[in-house]
Amino acid sequence: MKRIDAIREIVNEVQDSNALLIANIGIPCKELYSVCDMPNNFYMLGSMGLSSSIGLGLALSQAERKVVSIDGDGSVLMNMGTLATIASQAPSNYLLVIVDNGAYGSTGNQPTATSMATDLAQVAKAAGNKDVFEVNDPEALRKILEKRNSGIIVVKAELGNENVPVIKICPDEIKERFMAEASRQ
Amino acid sequence: MEKSDASPTEAVFEGIMNAGIDFIVSVPCANLKELIPMVDDDPSIVHMAVTREEEGVGICAGAYMGGKKTAMLMQNSGLGNSINALSSLDLLYGIPLVMIISHRGIEDEPICAQVPMGEMTGPLLETLGITYYVSSSKDDATDAVSSAWDKAVEEKRPVAVLLPISYWRVS
Repeated sequence: MKRIDAIREIVNEVQDSNALLIANIGIPCKELYSVCDMPNNFYMLGSMGLSSSIGLGLALSQAERKVVSIDGDGSVLMNMGTLATIASQAPSNYLLVIVDNGAYGSTGNQPTATSMATDLAQVAKAAGNKDVFEVNDPEALRKILEKRNSGIIVVKAELGNENVPVIKICPDEIKERFMAEASRQ
Repeated sequence: MEKSDASPTEAVFEGIMNAGIDFIVSVPCANLKELIPMVDDDPSIVHMAVTREEEGVGICAGAYMGGKKTAMLMQNSGLGNSINALSSLDLLYGIPLVMIISHRGIEDEPICAQVPMGEMTGPLLETLGITYYVSSSKDDATDAVSSAWDKAVEEKRPVAVLLPISYWRVS
């Protein structure tokens, strides 16, 4: 499976549960935008590494709402402390999905440490996260997304970006419509 | 109100209460060692330790979008750790944040390693276009922190309150 296949599964779950969704910088944001643009999506256009952190803060302030963050292996490696902070807080409404394709997919597929020695699921567990899942096909991902409101899912994905358009919404509008959706109960 | 009976820590905490700040992340500094547990003990505030200030900027951005009034307790060295997040997240989207900063590396600093970032803190905030207040008295600190959240919302960007070494010695 590729990243876009994981994003399709995540979108289905977000629509079914009316969750809030944080999308990672670069191609993941654009792929999400092309699959389904909705007010539930926060497109993180900069601040590489912080998709999981934004989702954590959101989940802790919206305890009744399911929150999902899409992250990547390169981004988690940039902010590895996030796995410890998520474990310390362990909100029951926060699902972090790390799409691990072993490369910096938005910048030319330079290999990351996960294509060599690093196992992010093991890192997440060693950081203290109790519910860590690893999947490599869309059906397995779908089942966990449906069943779980919290935890960390590492999706082992193949390399590859879809040819998708640039996001045409300005940052202020992305934020305003997302906050309006987040404040709706 | 005269703050002569309050400690420097209590003066900052009073400002946090006045501002209605209810979500705080922290990275410690020796000068924040009393403020951090005070914040942690208050039931009206969600507080968590974070591993790095940049991470704290991200967590606070999410909490703000979820309806919280956010602050970060930090040392000025952490400003260097968070500049990309402050720029490409908070400034880009217009997200407010109150940064309550122990400002080391200025007058009376005993540790030479604190000096380079200490001297750059003001210029870096100015380059970022982040309004900052320097508190030299307890009244200054209470007033600056009390109004900082509203100022950050009005400006749609972070606001900083700098608490220099001398501040923590006022009685």
